[in-house]
Amino acid sequence: MTTFEAILLTIVTASTPLLIAALGELVAERSGVLNLGVEGMMAMGAACSFAAAITFDSTFLGVAAGILAGALMASLFALVVLGFAANQVGSGLALTIFGLGLSGLIGAPFVGARRDPVAHIDVPGLSDIPVIGRLFFEQDLFVYASIALTILVAIYLTRTRSGLTLRSIGENHTSANALGLPVWRVRFWAILFGGACAGLAGAYLALVYTRFWSPGMTAGRGWIALALVVFAAWRPGWLLVGAYIFGAATVLQLHAQAAQFGVPPQVLSAVPYLATILALLLLSLRHGRAIGAPGSLGVPFVPDR
Amino acid sequence: MRFELTPRPNVSPVMRALAPVAAFITAFLIAGFVIWLMGRSPAAAFDVYVLQPLSDPWSLQELVVKATPLALIAIGLSYCFRANLWNIGAEGQYVIGAVLGSWLALKTHGTDAGLWVLPLMLLLGIIGGALWGLIPAFLKTRFGVNEILTSLMLVYVAQLVLDYLVRGPWRDPKGFNFPQSVTFDPSATLHPIFEGGRVHFGALFALIAVLATAVILGRTLFGYRLKLTGDAPRAARFAGFSSKSTTMAVFAISGGLAGLAGITEVSGQIGQLQPSISPGYGFTAITVAFLGRLNPIGILIAALVVALTFIGGESAQILLKLPLDLTQAFQGILLLCVLAADALVSYRIRFVTRGGGK
Repeated sequence: MTTFEAILLTIVTASTPLLIAALGELVAERSGVLNLGVEGMMAMGAACSFAAAITFDSTFLGVAAGILAGALMASLFALVVLGFAANQVGSGLALTIFGLGLSGLIGAPFVGARRDPVAHIDVPGLSDIPVIGRLFFEQDLFVYASIALTILVAIYLTRTRSGLTLRSIGENHTSANALGLPVWRVRFWAILFGGACAGLAGAYLALVYTRFWSPGMTAGRGWIALALVVFAAWRPGWLLVGAYIFGAATVLQLHAQAAQFGVPPQVLSAVPYLATILALLLLSLRHGRAIGAPGSLGVPFVPDR
Repeated sequence: MRFELTPRPNVSPVMRALAPVAAFITAFLIAGFVIWLMGRSPAAAFDVYVLQPLSDPWSLQELVVKATPLALIAIGLSYCFRANLWNIGAEGQYVIGAVLGSWLALKTHGTDAGLWVLPLMLLLGIIGGALWGLIPAFLKTRFGVNEILTSLMLVYVAQLVLDYLVRGPWRDPKGFNFPQSVTFDPSATLHPIFEGGRVHFGALFALIAVLATAVILGRTLFGYRLKLTGDAPRAARFAGFSSKSTTMAVFAISGGLAGLAGITEVSGQIGQLQPSISPGYGFTAITVAFLGRLNPIGILIAALVVALTFIGGESAQILLKLPLDLTQAFQGILLLCVLAADALVSYRIRFVTRGGGK
């Protein structure tokens, strides 16, 4: 395997958690709920999945635990922002603070443990094609699942009745409510889906990307996922592009650090965060204010009678 | 069965004041439950977290020391939150304030410079924090970029700036290769208010910020303008208040106060620059601001209360082997409870059985 191939493969691995987490958030935001707790849900997903995978020596149970942890965190958020109509920005932040703290508690006994690499799927014959063979036909299951999920979410949002309902609730919850659409129910499931995806993304980080657990290992990826949703103008297709651009930036930055260009490593470490700001800026320059943002995004819903 | 929310026509001030207290008690009960789940005694934890710090004069001083940065930052954030602007990057503004202020301390190190060093350091701290805070404000007002994400991303960048400086150009050459700067000269150190005590003059800055904010918010046109911008942005526009200049102003104020907190902490508490100069004060201050209901006096009380969780957390780590992460988890739950309690004050919640209601 050449270095070039290796870099391409790590880009896929770095992009996948961003894509999965951002997809979940995209669905939640399309229903009109801004959940800033992605980072916290992701951290919980990582800690719980790693704890379960080590305890039961099973990647499958680990992934299930990660998804469940993310969904549980999301249901707490749903209770506060839907049940009590609390401020979404503040509650999301609280969820992140809570999740980062709690994940530290859960993961503490597992610091230092390691998991074996997850098996890669190998399509016989096709994976032997130079360069693209390994890239397209010898990835782990999660990579294919994330691509499939992107397509499914895109189809769901644009081609199904239920997706239309979700989008109309996100655009204008007052009108949707007047039409008799179940605003709370749809939002609850959308938030839960977002949490499950963030949990899965965290599980991928801990079980595939690093294969160990350390406090704060999400390192702002949840926030980058949130930025990606804005960058993609709330469209799943663009999310795929954006996630891979960011994954590439992260990986190339790491390789540049290893190559020692004489640039301080901290400058290169800052690249993903500066790139996020730059991406948001370029987007605003081209389109003006937050194009494609759902109309009711972030507004608490209280039905008037 | 499902919920229904109805806005309360008139909210009693007593309820508004009691909501944070109820939230605090709820958060405590949840934390106690978690500690019980971890197989520890909640009663022992309560003793270590609350009773011991409050009954020991040394800890009481420590309480004020920890509450100082929290109050300074939270007071600044209350300007933003009142105008419905989300500066969540106070941690970064704190770091850059500390960095810029420390630059002077390191420049004048060993030069016998006089009394002017310290005031100028504090001023530089304010300027550093304000400039860092103005970046997201500028991006928002000029290009319409969402301030939540940019201010947060700049936290990571600020931490990397500090990390670079203390490992690179600002490292103490005689420091056995430890990533830290030289220890500040006495002329660059914020001294204790009482000889031999722990509480330094930073506590006074926090008090001044509280009082000044109480006056500004309650008695000036600027305070009214903030309230209007937050509660009724359209009305504020019709009244001729520019939302852009309001945004720049509140970000500069909150960034400046966070920067002041940063340089105060480094100069009065740590005494040198090191890779980590904050246990997350910038994020915890968000909880403090809301727990204090964005009210200056409320924030002062909230800062003292939340400082208790830091001190309790430190001693619980030693005495009960409870990890410090528990403190952070508690602060997150506390913020959730505060926001939920706020909503409960504004809305009445009814449980509707299926078929009933709408």
